[in-house]
Amino acid sequence: MASIHSAVLDLKSLDLLANGNSTIHRLDARAKVLVTLVFILCVVSYSRYELTPLFPFFIFPVVMISLAGLPTLFILKKITLLCPFVLAVGIFNPVFDREILIQFGHFGISGGWISFASILTRSVLTVGTAFILVGVTGFTAVCQALESLGMPKVFAVQLLFLYRYIFVLTEESGRASRARELRSCGKKGQGIHSFGSMVGHLLLRTWQRAERIHTAMLARGFTGEFHANRLSRFGVSEVRFVLAWSSFFIFLRLQNVSQLLGSLVTGLFP
Amino acid sequence: MSHHIVEVKNLRHVYPDGTAALKDVSFVITHGESVGIIGANGAGKSTLLQHLNGSLEPTSGAIHIGHTPLSKGTLPDIRRTVGMVFQDPDDQLFMPTVFDDVAFGPLNLGYTPADVEQRVTEVLELVGAGHLRDKPPYHLSGGEKKRVAIATVLSMSPDILVMDEPTNGLDPFARRQLMKLMRDFKHTRIFTSHDLDMVLELCERVIVMHEGEVWADGPALEIFGNDTLLAECRLEKPFSMQGCPICGRKTHAV
Repeated sequence: MASIHSAVLDLKSLDLLANGNSTIHRLDARAKVLVTLVFILCVVSYSRYELTPLFPFFIFPVVMISLAGLPTLFILKKITLLCPFVLAVGIFNPVFDREILIQFGHFGISGGWISFASILTRSVLTVGTAFILVGVTGFTAVCQALESLGMPKVFAVQLLFLYRYIFVLTEESGRASRARELRSCGKKGQGIHSFGSMVGHLLLRTWQRAERIHTAMLARGFTGEFHANRLSRFGVSEVRFVLAWSSFFIFLRLQNVSQLLGSLVTGLFP
Repeated sequence: MSHHIVEVKNLRHVYPDGTAALKDVSFVITHGESVGIIGANGAGKSTLLQHLNGSLEPTSGAIHIGHTPLSKGTLPDIRRTVGMVFQDPDDQLFMPTVFDDVAFGPLNLGYTPADVEQRVTEVLELVGAGHLRDKPPYHLSGGEKKRVAIATVLSMSPDILVMDEPTNGLDPFARRQLMKLMRDFKHTRIFTSHDLDMVLELCERVIVMHEGEVWADGPALEIFGNDTLLAECRLEKPFSMQGCPICGRKTHAV
C-alpha cells in the first residue's frame, strides 16, 4: 500500500506544480490543451516502423519543461512508472516480426525491434506531454478547458469528482489494507478472500459517501446545474502559442526533419 | 413572524430496515437560541438533524421552519434558511478549489458573479480562511477543512445554523477557533456533539435524546447538574463541571 500512498502524494505534488507562475503557467488552459492534443495526434499518427521522424518532437517537452521550470527528474520518474505497461504491449513485436529492415554490415535489425522502439518513443512522448500539461495547468483547469472546448459537461464533472475523491478513496483503502496487514502477522492472512470483501466494503462505503455528498449538494441549492465562475481570456499570446506550436508539429509530421538534417550533414561532408 | 423558529411536532422516523430512529420528538427552538442536542451513540441525533433541512423525510409528524411547513414545495427555500454543516468536511467540500466550493451555494441561488466574489471573500475572511481560497480541498488540514465547510454554508446567509459534531477531530486550538466563530454567529444555532464542554460553553439550552425520544429539555446547567438523568442517557458531566483531578476545584458552580 505504501506505493499507492506515495503515488497519491506524487499526484498531489504534480498538482502543486501547477501553482507556478511562468509564461507557460499564465497561458489560458485551453491553449495548452489544444497544443497538447495536436502534439499527441501528430505523434500517434506515424506508422509503426517510423522511428527517426519522432525524435524532433522531443523539442516540445524539453522547451515546456525549461520554460515552465518543472523538475525534470520528477517528470522522468513519472514516465518510467509507465514503462512496465509499454514493455508488456511491445515486447512480443521482436519475437513475431523478424524481418530484417536495417542492415549494419553483418548486424541486422528486425522490424519487430523498430516497431518496439517506436511504441516506446511514442509512449514517452505522449505520456510525458500529458504529465507536463497537468504540471503547468492543473487537473481542474484541464477539465474545464476540455469542457469549454466541447467535451460534454457530464464527463467534465465526472472527471473532477473522480480527481477530488481519489485522494479520499486511496486513504481509505490504504487504512483498510494496513489494518489487514497488521492482523495477518506477516503471513498471507486469508489471501484473496479477505481482499474480496475489502473491495466490497470500499465500494459500499464509496456509495454511502456519494449519497452524503449528494445530500450536501442538495443542501446548498444544487439543481443539476454546475455553474462555472471562471474568468479566462484567449488572448494574443494564446493564439500565437497555439499557431506556432501546431504549425511546427504539422511541419514535423509532413517533413522527415531527421532525414533532412541527415542528408544536409552527409551532403556537406560527403 | 420570525424566520428563525424551528418547530418539530411528533416527529417519527423509521428506516427502511425497520429501525425506529426517532419515535416521538417534539420541541420548539426560537429566534437566536443556541441549542445543544446531546445523547449516546444511536440516540437519533444525526437522524433528527437530517430532518431539519429535508434530507430525510419524516415517517410521521411535521417540521416547521419559520412557520413554513417543510414539504417538497418549500424545500428550496428551507434549504437556504437552514445551513447544514456535515460531520465529515470531505462530504461537504466537493469542488476543485476552496473558492469554487464556497461559491457553489450563492451561484445556485442565482447571485451575480460580482456578488458571489464579494460574498465568498467576506465569509472566507470571517472564518479566517482567506489565504486558502485557491487551494484544492485535499491540500487542507482537518481544522482548515472544517472552517471552509462552515464558510460554504455561511455564504448562503442562513438564518439557522445546524452543525453535526462540529468539534470532532479538531486540535484544541482549532476547536477554540471554531467555538469563537460559532459564538459570534447571532442567529439560531443547533449543534449535536459529544464534546459536552463545548455544549456547556455555547448553549443556553440542551435537549437530551435517548433511544429516539426527547428525554430532557432545559437550561444547560440544570441538565448537566442532574446526575441520574445523565447516567440514564449514557452521558456524564462536562469536564469543567467535574472538578480538577488534583485540587478538586470546579470551573462551573453547580
